[in-house]
Amino acid sequence: MPYQIIVCGGLAPDPLQTLEPVFDPARPSLKNELMLPAVFDPWAAHALYEAGHLARQHPGSVVRVVSLAPKAKLQQVMMTVAQKLPLELVALDGPGGGFTDAAAVAAALADAIAAMPDLDRSRLLLFGGWESATRGAGAVMQRVAERLGITEQFLAVDELSVEADGSLLVKERIEGGRHQISRCSSPPVMLAWATGNLPEPPNHPQTGMANMRVIMPALQKAKPVALEPAAEFLRTALPSVIRQTRVVKDVPAAEIAREIAEWIRQ
Amino acid sequence: MEKTLVLLHTVDGQVPQAGLETLGLAKSLGGEFDLAVLGAGAASAAQQISGGAAGVLAVEGDAFAVSRYATDAAACEALIRASGAPLILAPDTMRFHRALPGVAERLSAAIDTHVVSLNSEGAVERWYYRQRIEASLRRAQRPWILLVEPGSQPAAAPQPGAAPEILSVSCDTRTKIEGFSTPLAGEQTIRPDAPLLFVAGAGWTKKQKDGAVHVEEAANLILDFVRRTQCSLGSSKSLVDLSGEGQAVLPFLTHLHQVGQTGSSPRHKKGLATCCHGEEPHVVGWRFIQERRAINLDPNCGWVRGKADVVYVADAFEVMRELLKLI
Repeated sequence: MPYQIIVCGGLAPDPLQTLEPVFDPARPSLKNELMLPAVFDPWAAHALYEAGHLARQHPGSVVRVVSLAPKAKLQQVMMTVAQKLPLELVALDGPGGGFTDAAAVAAALADAIAAMPDLDRSRLLLFGGWESATRGAGAVMQRVAERLGITEQFLAVDELSVEADGSLLVKERIEGGRHQISRCSSPPVMLAWATGNLPEPPNHPQTGMANMRVIMPALQKAKPVALEPAAEFLRTALPSVIRQTRVVKDVPAAEIAREIAEWIRQ
Repeated sequence: MEKTLVLLHTVDGQVPQAGLETLGLAKSLGGEFDLAVLGAGAASAAQQISGGAAGVLAVEGDAFAVSRYATDAAACEALIRASGAPLILAPDTMRFHRALPGVAERLSAAIDTHVVSLNSEGAVERWYYRQRIEASLRRAQRPWILLVEPGSQPAAAPQPGAAPEILSVSCDTRTKIEGFSTPLAGEQTIRPDAPLLFVAGAGWTKKQKDGAVHVEEAANLILDFVRRTQCSLGSSKSLVDLSGEGQAVLPFLTHLHQVGQTGSSPRHKKGLATCCHGEEPHVVGWRFIQERRAINLDPNCGWVRGKADVVYVADAFEVMRELLKLI
């Protein structure tokens, strides 16, 4: 049985970049934000790989990516993402930083999904990351799903399998390093993914070429989205605490062990 | 301070530590507050801690005994509407983190998660960009739901009080909870209540002084230490991802152990890093570890640059062998 899989995902600064906030009470941002190299948000990327895997298992399934980001940055990132698996893109051209409001982002994403003319909601699997590497709120996907009327929702998902009867078996992370196992009888469902179990798919240039033929027109048609600030920021700053590190060198391992053991016991 | 609703859930019939911390935050604000509890044994649990609350509410029953979006969202929505408080404080547990953003959408409310402080002027603090940037903000929108980060507040001492009004809530759902699994078959992962976090870095799987890798010995040393000290076990992302690069791995380390830029940010009192080079993406998850020590062969590793309290420049294999003789 084919599924209509929609993956919501934004962009994030490459994790190895140095980040520095620029404080403007109305619109805080990052220094040189538009110059920072970007990646597809890591958690949304896991959702995308799981979507591609599921689509391969269920022929006829379609993977659509809905992304709200500055169009030029999105185009750069899609050059890489498009090589991973077949997908369609619905692009929204707007600010994508961490200080944008989760509710406004959710509203824009939900509106874009609701406007898809051929969407069969009875086969809909709404995917996204459980949090982003920018805002890190973990609140967007639940709000998107609510706006679409989806009340079967799962957070921090590591595994999804489709059973013989069509029901969906879901493993969600809970406290204490455990998984909760749930069975949902049918779509539509929302799954906000943790890391899942799949590695990043290797690049496949032919897939990338095919994808870019539909992604480029989608980028050109990207709808502009203005996100009005909903919060008043009083301060954004880098943490300032630097520790006075004591470096212990040329000391026998037994002595180091004694010191650590004593520290653990304190 | 405006009226507050402290919204909690039970675990095994009791309000967990994270709930008492949220209650502690509400009490510290000094204003009027309601208390609402959801889950198995919610009424009894609410009465045990409802001292000082203006109103006490509960939702319980089989459907609400388990953590599930549809039922939890319906219950939380009913409790928030019944209280009518403009400010809602709840612990940022996985159960509430799953349910409350959707509830905020139903109530046209604002929500902020991972909140680490709230002052009487209504300003909250939380972190952005994976704990790399801290920010303080406030909102005019009400209702406003705040999910309080476990470990960030002192817990309130339980004070018994009035019995709750029990709300009747109904909800249809297509989801059944089938059980739980522990991927590590009894091994530890990151437990919030452990006093020590032990992090294994990629160095454990690299060639050692004799030019060979010693993954089996590394596994034995790490697991023996974890079992003896009952500490949490974490790893840097690089170690978790080595399997994708065809390198030797420690098979008991999974993405559930991941600490750092793309992992969790635990709040243990003490942390011991071994064979982890201390670069920002891996260390960012240590932001809330109070006392930090590291064992690393590189005297110029990232830990030395003000990120750890003590750095032992030594062979972690040798130190751990000696350490295991002492604990």
